[in-house]
Amino acid sequence: MDFGFTNTEWFFGTMIMDKLNEIYGFQVVVNNLGNFTMGAVLTLEITLFSLFIGMIIGMIAALGRMSKVKIISFISVTYIDFFRGTPLFVQILLLYFGVIPLIFDATPVQAAIIACGLNSGAYVAEIVRAGIQAVDKGQMEAARSLGMTPTQSMRFIILPQAFKIVVPPLINEFVMLLKDTSLVSAISAHELTHTGKMLYASTYQAVWVWGAVCVFYFIMTKAISMLGDWTERRLAN
Amino acid sequence: MIVVKNLHKSFDKLEVLKGIDCHIHQKEVVCVIGPSGSGKSTFLRCINRLEEAQQGQILIDGEEVTAPNADINRIRQEMGMVFQLFNLFPHKTTLQNVTLAPIQIKKMNREEAEDIAIGLLRKVGLGDKDNVYPSQLSGGQKQRVAIARALAMHPKVMLFDEPTSSLDPEMVGEVLEVMKDLALEGMTMIVVTHEMGFAREVGHRVFFMDEGILMEQGTPTQIFDNPQNPRTQAFLSKVL
Ligand SMILES: Nc1ncnc2c1ncn2[C@@H]1O[C@H](COP(=O)(O)OP(=O)(O)OP(=O)(O)O)[C@@H](O)[C@H]1O
Ligand SMILES: [Mg+2]
Repeated sequence: MDFGFTNTEWFFGTMIMDKLNEIYGFQVVVNNLGNFTMGAVLTLEITLFSLFIGMIIGMIAALGRMSKVKIISFISVTYIDFFRGTPLFVQILLLYFGVIPLIFDATPVQAAIIACGLNSGAYVAEIVRAGIQAVDKGQMEAARSLGMTPTQSMRFIILPQAFKIVVPPLINEFVMLLKDTSLVSAISAHELTHTGKMLYASTYQAVWVWGAVCVFYFIMTKAISMLGDWTERRLAN
Repeated sequence: MIVVKNLHKSFDKLEVLKGIDCHIHQKEVVCVIGPSGSGKSTFLRCINRLEEAQQGQILIDGEEVTAPNADINRIRQEMGMVFQLFNLFPHKTTLQNVTLAPIQIKKMNREEAEDIAIGLLRKVGLGDKDNVYPSQLSGGQKQRVAIARALAMHPKVMLFDEPTSSLDPEMVGEVLEVMKDLALEGMTMIVVTHEMGFAREVGHRVFFMDEGILMEQGTPTQIFDNPQNPRTQAFLSKVL
């Protein structure tokens, strides 16, 4: 092939093109810092709301699972097994396109929070159950032998001790959940991954766009685990 | 005061208590001795229904503990229990360990509960340790806090399950001393123990249990100096 360039000229030409490309790619990131930040904030919002829902449902499901009332433990186990045993991605699709429209008209973000919250609840339930069961059996016996009801024993003796045990796995769940929210980009919730998709589609700067998305996720997960370490250290005293 | 009639308890197929009958009077100190696995702990735990018996009756002051509709939470308030492994609440200070039940169950106000608790901690020799957590206490101190915690509910009877078995030898004495004082004050006590010296000195009656059966009972002198049952003789020859 001859385009009128010598080999050397061709080589430097491509290098310059590459350089320009690099610089342009970098520009894409710089010019869109605002969009990335907005995406990241929404990611964090979805995560926090989901985690909040997940903690409440998870606590109820954990106690429900240990309940002596058969029907309550059956419902809890079914819920936990279903949400742990099927892919979150499919759960998001099922809830957003299938189940939630039957009940109300949800925005993608609302649907995302519901789906991630329900999913997270199942994992939190197992974390809480493990935490409760890790508390020495003698604690419950001591509480009951003083005349406390099962509820009082849970509230004053078991749960406070289980709390310390569940903090590290809960922080872990927080991090996992934050990363998993990237799946809700599939239902056009404008969180961080969705922002990446839009920018990539308009610029084709795969390395720069997805690289930047990774950096934003990483900053958030790192911040959460540092917060977790700090909490753990405080609880240790 | 405590009447036990034909008490049977099995774990699955393993029959642990094979029909226990006994009568324990007010202010009496009964020491339960016997080989490991003979059902001593199970017997004690059936009395406050930490274990559910399959058959038989337990009555305390005429009230049937084993009745299906018995108000077990109230009944347990009247029975203090002290465990081999203390089971103090590690997330609470010693003072909070002692005040928790009176405040939460009896709805006593905090100041009154703390006054009582301080008094009890003094009584067990730990008046200066009200603000420390269990992890900062020695085994003997933990067990004394556990006794104070049980006493805070003003129980009619105290159940002790090998309270000194997990203690270093030099700490056994301080716990037995507290128990002895309690006995002298007239507390009704059932004490599962391997401390034969304590049983002989403090016990009014000694029960010898073996294989889920109350093999022999009598005064310490009868049991230790003149045991009738060959099993009792064999057991005592090993431990004395
Ligand atoms: N929760 C349980 N489930 C099944 N078996 C049990 C349970 N608790 C006790 N056992 C069995 O019941 C028997 C009596 O136990 P128990 O603890 O009453 O004996 P013990 O006389 O207190 O012995 P030790 O001196 O070792 O404390 C043992 O064979 C024990 O293995
Ligand atoms: Mg025992």
